[in-house]
Amino acid sequence: MIVAILDVVVAGLLLGGIYALISVGLSLQYGVARVFNVAHGEFMMLGALSTWTLNQAFGMNPIFAMAICGPIAFVIGYVLHRTLFKRLRRISPSIGAFEGSSMLASFGLLFIIQNVANLIWGTQTKAYTFMTYPVSIFGALFAANRLVTLAFAVAFGIVFYLFLARTRLGKAIRAAAQDPSTAALMGVNINQVLALCFGFGALMAGLGGLLVSMSYPMQTTMGLEYTIITIIVVALGGMGSIPGSFIGGFSLGLIGSIVTKIEPGLSLAAYYLLFMLLLWIKPTGIMGK
Amino acid sequence: MRILEGKKLTKFFGGLAAVSEVDFDVDHGEIVGLIGPNGAGKTTLFNLISGAIIPDSGALEFKGQKLTGLKAHLVCRAGVARTFQSVRVFPNMTALGNVSLGGVFGKGMSSAAAAAAAEELLDFVGLAGAASTRAGDLTLAHQKRLEVARALATRPEVMLLDEVIAGLNLTEAGEVMDLITRIRDRGITILMIEHVMKAIMSICNRIIVLHHGEKIAEGSPAEITSNETVIKIYLGK
Amino acid sequence: MNRFSPYSFGLAVLVVILLALLPLYGSPYTVILVTSIIMYAALTVSWVMFSGPTGNVSLAPAAFMGMGIYTAASLGKFLPLPLVIVVGAAASLLLALLVGALTLRLKGLYFSIFTFGLVLLLRQLVLWYEVTFTHTRGRFVVVIDNTTIFYVMLAIFVVLLVTAYLLRRSKYGAALEAIGEDEEAAAHAGVNVTAIKTIIFGVSALFMGATGAIMATKWTYIDPYIAFDPFFSFMPVLMAVFGGMATFVGPIIGAAVFGLLEELLLTQFPFYYMLMFGIILVVAITYLPNGLTGLVMKWKKGGRTANHANP
Repeated sequence: MIVAILDVVVAGLLLGGIYALISVGLSLQYGVARVFNVAHGEFMMLGALSTWTLNQAFGMNPIFAMAICGPIAFVIGYVLHRTLFKRLRRISPSIGAFEGSSMLASFGLLFIIQNVANLIWGTQTKAYTFMTYPVSIFGALFAANRLVTLAFAVAFGIVFYLFLARTRLGKAIRAAAQDPSTAALMGVNINQVLALCFGFGALMAGLGGLLVSMSYPMQTTMGLEYTIITIIVVALGGMGSIPGSFIGGFSLGLIGSIVTKIEPGLSLAAYYLLFMLLLWIKPTGIMGK
Repeated sequence: MRILEGKKLTKFFGGLAAVSEVDFDVDHGEIVGLIGPNGAGKTTLFNLISGAIIPDSGALEFKGQKLTGLKAHLVCRAGVARTFQSVRVFPNMTALGNVSLGGVFGKGMSSAAAAAAAEELLDFVGLAGAASTRAGDLTLAHQKRLEVARALATRPEVMLLDEVIAGLNLTEAGEVMDLITRIRDRGITILMIEHVMKAIMSICNRIIVLHHGEKIAEGSPAEITSNETVIKIYLGK
Repeated sequence: MNRFSPYSFGLAVLVVILLALLPLYGSPYTVILVTSIIMYAALTVSWVMFSGPTGNVSLAPAAFMGMGIYTAASLGKFLPLPLVIVVGAAASLLLALLVGALTLRLKGLYFSIFTFGLVLLLRQLVLWYEVTFTHTRGRFVVVIDNTTIFYVMLAIFVVLLVTAYLLRRSKYGAALEAIGEDEEAAAHAGVNVTAIKTIIFGVSALFMGATGAIMATKWTYIDPYIAFDPFFSFMPVLMAVFGGMATFVGPIIGAAVFGLLEELLLTQFPFYYMLMFGIILVVAITYLPNGLTGLVMKWKKGGRTANHANP
């Protein structure tokens, strides 16, 4: 009995860790740069599939691949913001109009990225094996790769938290998230900060994808579901609240694990139900104002 | 006869009380002025009455019916209309279209009846020739009048006017003051926020003074002008 | 924009008559192609009917289309075609009313992101239902001849256009425009913003459902993955943004352009064409915010254009 519960809880945390990581990325992009990036899951997919390529072509260990995939994802995100979203921001008459047009633009990006991926990798499902041997915790068996995933997800979370809290750049980001115009007046290079945040968001999605690739099979269409789950997490945690997204990610992971145990195939429906409840009762989210 | 009443209205934004335990009442046929320095909570009070925001505590009554928590369109249909400080007409619609909308949705008239009523109202506010002009093309002064006409189209019993006179030159201000008294003569009770003291003192029966979200004084224009607290907050410390 | 001049109206009627006669003078291939274009036009005009004036971007067309498609796939064997279409339309209407009532009273972003995931949610739900209860994975659709499909699709489109036109001329059209220009001011003029938005959203979904129901026969085999395809949310948005949302003509032009392009490129360059469409959408949003028709109107008027295309 205890083993069964532990099974579900740990599985939930594993899933939740990934959700949390990817959600923090989206939260950064929306909370600071005000871009609701519905293509977020596609960055995750790119992270997963490029790891696969590195593994298949060069036999590279995914943990080492982090050093490659991470920075590349960051750069893509950074450049995207500096070119596309900065321009959109300039031509939008209001912040509301910008949020709308940037979301639509990211919708276009979704199709661009997914189809580029289709051209590169094709539509077949892919997978590679990495640390698949089982590890025993209190009698329950877990694949080592999933535990590694959780460890990294938590580690990234802590590192990022420290970055936000302790470094100068981190403080600039928090200032920009709270009040961009005042932050700009205080000497923060807003354009730079926004682009960096967008880059960091893409970085987290890419790393999230890499972590997923360690334990799960992948295909070019995998991103959309993660995007939707991430959206729900971000809404649940309070739009743009980074701690809220982190907690929300783990919560949703746990819920997903429980639902999958009871009735597999209904996890998304459960998340949506939660989303609907949230919108009904407290639309600003658990940690939102 | 009391037509509009607020009891201990309170609204917080973040940790700050924009409106704090404000009691007020307005009798039928009055023109009541609402004054106070910037940030005193006047527009917030209007927002609470009109249903744009919901009070954290307190109650609002209109003709004995509960108004608290009612959504804006229902407050309007009940008979309380307002204008906005930053003039909010529908810029891409014609002046006639703007006013007709109020008649159709604020009063439930047919489109034809509302259009006819709109023509009369445009004439009443002094915009007779502007019916087919695009609202966004009107001057600011005319847009303010258009907003008044639109509010009147909803056939209110109480009108909340938010700084209709501010920003106008002397002639225009005089015309609007005249318009306000003509509205009152039609049987509509008026609560108006204003910074132009001359206007307030000359047409209001009574004045309520807000400061930092609290009501600090209330009385006739003569009483208010000689009230020491009021003088102090306006002349500074 | 709001009034059809007799010239435009006459032109429209002429076009409809010409189209109605198409099966008589056009090749079967042409009929199928034009059917596809009309399908896209219907989806786009429906989408613009709500999202255009309000600026509330709905990413749900694929969900409503999917409801229609799946209704046809499930009930096509048991019910006559007209009833299948009605049921498909009704199911979409109900779903839209539910979604609207829940999300349209909130900030616009919540509405958009809720609709974004809807197609995937429905896909998963229908799949789960089929696996758990009916034990079917896919369904075969009742085959209908292409000419019938063409006429039904054309009829749906004409009804849609008439509805959209009458709506715009009605008090609800005025309310919708006011809502789009200043939602709070509209509410203070007595407009029940949430109710009107929800109803119009429902009507637009109704037509998307009907479209899905008749077009289901485009695919002989339907499963949840085929019926609920995000591509059908993408295309109306692309066509509307590209064509321009301020008039009726804009979405139709967009539908014609991309319907044709898809047909031309589909077999040769399956992923390239979708990629290209994605790029066009991004470029259009950035450089052509009022769409093609907005651009034309700007040239003609030398200045001001209707400003609804930036949601």
